[in-house]
Amino acid sequence: MQANDQREVLLKVENLKQYFPISRSYTVKAVDDISFTIHRGEIYGLVGESGSGKSTTGRSIIRLYDPTDGKITFCGQDISGKMPRDTVRMLRTKMHMIFQDPMASLNPREKVMDIIAEGIDIHQMYSSQEERREMVYAILKKVGLSKEHANRYPHQLSGGQRQRVGIARALIMKPDLIIADEAISALDVSIQAQVVNLLKSIQVETGCAILFIAHDLSMVRYISDTIGVLHLGHLVESGTTADVFEHAVHPYTRSLLSAIPRPNPLLEKDRPIMTYDYKTSGLDYSQGTYHDITDTHKVLGTDADVQRWLKELA
Amino acid sequence: MNNQETILKISDLSISFKTFAGRVNAIRGIDLELHRGETLAIVGESGSGKSVTVKSVLGIHAANEIIDSGRIDFTYQDESGKTVTRNLLEMNDKQLQKEIRGKHIALVFQDPMTSLNPTMTIGAQIMESVLRQKGVTRPEARQRALELLQLVGITDAEKRFKNYPHQLSGGMRQRVVIAIALACDPDLLICDEPTTALDVTVQAKILDLIKDIQRKKNLTVIYITHDLGVVARVADTVAVMYAGKLVEKGSAEDLFFEPAHPYTWGLLLSVPDMDENSDSLYTIPGSPPNLLKPVEGDAFAPRNQYALEVDRHREPPMFRISETHSAATWLLHPDAPRVEMPEPLRRRIDSMREEVKNAGK
Ligand SMILES: Nc1ncnc2c1ncn2[C@@H]1O[C@H](COP(=O)(O)OP(=O)(O)O)[C@@H](O)[C@H]1O
Ligand SMILES: Nc1ncnc2c1ncn2[C@@H]1O[C@H](COP(=O)(O)OP(=O)(O)O)[C@@H](O)[C@H]1O
Ligand SMILES: [Mg+2]
Ligand SMILES: [Mg+2]
Repeated sequence: MQANDQREVLLKVENLKQYFPISRSYTVKAVDDISFTIHRGEIYGLVGESGSGKSTTGRSIIRLYDPTDGKITFCGQDISGKMPRDTVRMLRTKMHMIFQDPMASLNPREKVMDIIAEGIDIHQMYSSQEERREMVYAILKKVGLSKEHANRYPHQLSGGQRQRVGIARALIMKPDLIIADEAISALDVSIQAQVVNLLKSIQVETGCAILFIAHDLSMVRYISDTIGVLHLGHLVESGTTADVFEHAVHPYTRSLLSAIPRPNPLLEKDRPIMTYDYKTSGLDYSQGTYHDITDTHKVLGTDADVQRWLKELA
Repeated sequence: MNNQETILKISDLSISFKTFAGRVNAIRGIDLELHRGETLAIVGESGSGKSVTVKSVLGIHAANEIIDSGRIDFTYQDESGKTVTRNLLEMNDKQLQKEIRGKHIALVFQDPMTSLNPTMTIGAQIMESVLRQKGVTRPEARQRALELLQLVGITDAEKRFKNYPHQLSGGMRQRVVIAIALACDPDLLICDEPTTALDVTVQAKILDLIKDIQRKKNLTVIYITHDLGVVARVADTVAVMYAGKLVEKGSAEDLFFEPAHPYTWGLLLSVPDMDENSDSLYTIPGSPPNLLKPVEGDAFAPRNQYALEVDRHREPPMFRISETHSAATWLLHPDAPRVEMPEPLRRRIDSMREEVKNAGK
């Protein structure tokens, strides 16, 4: 983690804006000028309240949307504008997304075998049916399922198993980046832990980076190397997990962390929670720039804001 | 909990469901007593019977549900101001609807959509609930409804008043459900995973809101939650459920600092630990028993590395540990070998104590 800067940059997002025009006079600025970097093999946790722009960020990066402005570089190639064919192919093989609701994202009429093989079918990544089958079996094993599951339909699986299929489908492409958008949020808590363990072991084994989007901060804290905090479409703070969880500077981050209940009844009962309201905070995110607190730790604000916050914390 | 007036007493409650595959023995003999003003948290894996238990308090039963035994005594003041105790299981749906539900006992579910009427504005729905109280005029109800919306943290309440449920975000909808639940000024509020789908900041506000109302009105609250942080924040008393039984109950302090049942140990260990740099999150091995089959011995035994021989064939009774604390495990039998909680849990609890000491409490 310390050697962040020596590691190879995998994804670079610069001044990304993703706007949705609603009417002639009204535009939703879902993502408004954010910049961040994900290194190879890194788990980047993206947190923030619902509506803060987490999913939109993921979807812009994987180009489900055409970014309104800004630059996205992935594996050294610009993927933010109109992409040449081989760039599209690179993007479609090297970056994958897994979703919150595994049922909705899996074709109910296809068997697990064919669902998982979809990517390698499209990109013809095998030379025989035998090889295709073996590839699927190997991936099933990796995600903690067995060969038998290959012959089932999604409705014959539990929620946790379906999410494993979603992960297998991404993994079979040997991606460099998996975007997991609330991939555990719909699962039972004990199953959440299993899926988080699985993602972490995949990252360790394959060196695949993960953009982990979630609103459960304790899971994010556990799994992430680096964390970005989104609020109202702005990335207000980013840093290593320790930077953000132990040395948060931005008042929004601090209020978010203070809202996490801690499992110690003697302290938790009347621990005051910091409140934060952008409207009355006097802050204007669009006036802010990224300030380096340390090599790894950045916070969005004006010079005066940041000075004030640091003084408050000192 | 200064006065020890019992408001709810569940005795020997057993419930099963008829299914094609046979009878599911979902609730297997529950005893639970709640005092006025107290906050009880029920925790346990999904399928352990938490929802079925609290739904039976409100007389919400599935068509295939059978009450095998038990009673649920609820103490409240009737219309004439007389204190009465009634067995809720003996009241029919009409009586419950007229006298209990949404009046003395209110329920908040995880999914707010199931409790909201999609065809009515939220303002009208809250007013309806307020109007169930005697002697309230419509203008008063409207005023009270607006106040409730503000109370649950909905800004621009006037505007929201005219909204339909689908026009609100999930967090907003849950706040509306809570406003409706509180509108009738209930004695007992039951919250079944009320904040699971919400942002932590919203969750914190809602929990504190309920706490605040509780303090003002001496409201009794039952929370079902899987978040032990939430339990720590709100609960006076904690009940741990496993496979349709209570396996441990005690004060929050008992449960977090002196857990006695190996299942409770597992639950506590499953909380992601912030300090320890472990390679993986702890998960309790195995899965809960199939309640279609009769359970022999302690239902947790097959997953319990500390299980004794006796656990496999004899069901443990509730052993009393202290006035507030009891647990159903043979490990508490005087003849049982001495078994300590797992070392990582011991370390965590020690560091929690350390934290408390450092905070000067
Ligand atoms: N396709 C879209 N059209 C219009 N508005 C959108 C669209 N997608 C998202 N938004 C809006 O953008 C904001 C951010 O949404 P989203 O990225 O889904 O947030 P999050 O994932 O953090 O909850 C929200 O206000 C949302 O309503
Ligand atoms: N209508 C029903 N028919 C059959 N089984 C049911 C029914 N409702 C609940 N159950 C079973 O009863 C058990 C307890 O369920 P529930 O109380 O919902 O668990 P939880 O602790 O997750 O709230 C589960 O095994 C569940 O499958
Ligand atoms: Mg989202
Ligand atoms: Mg439930």
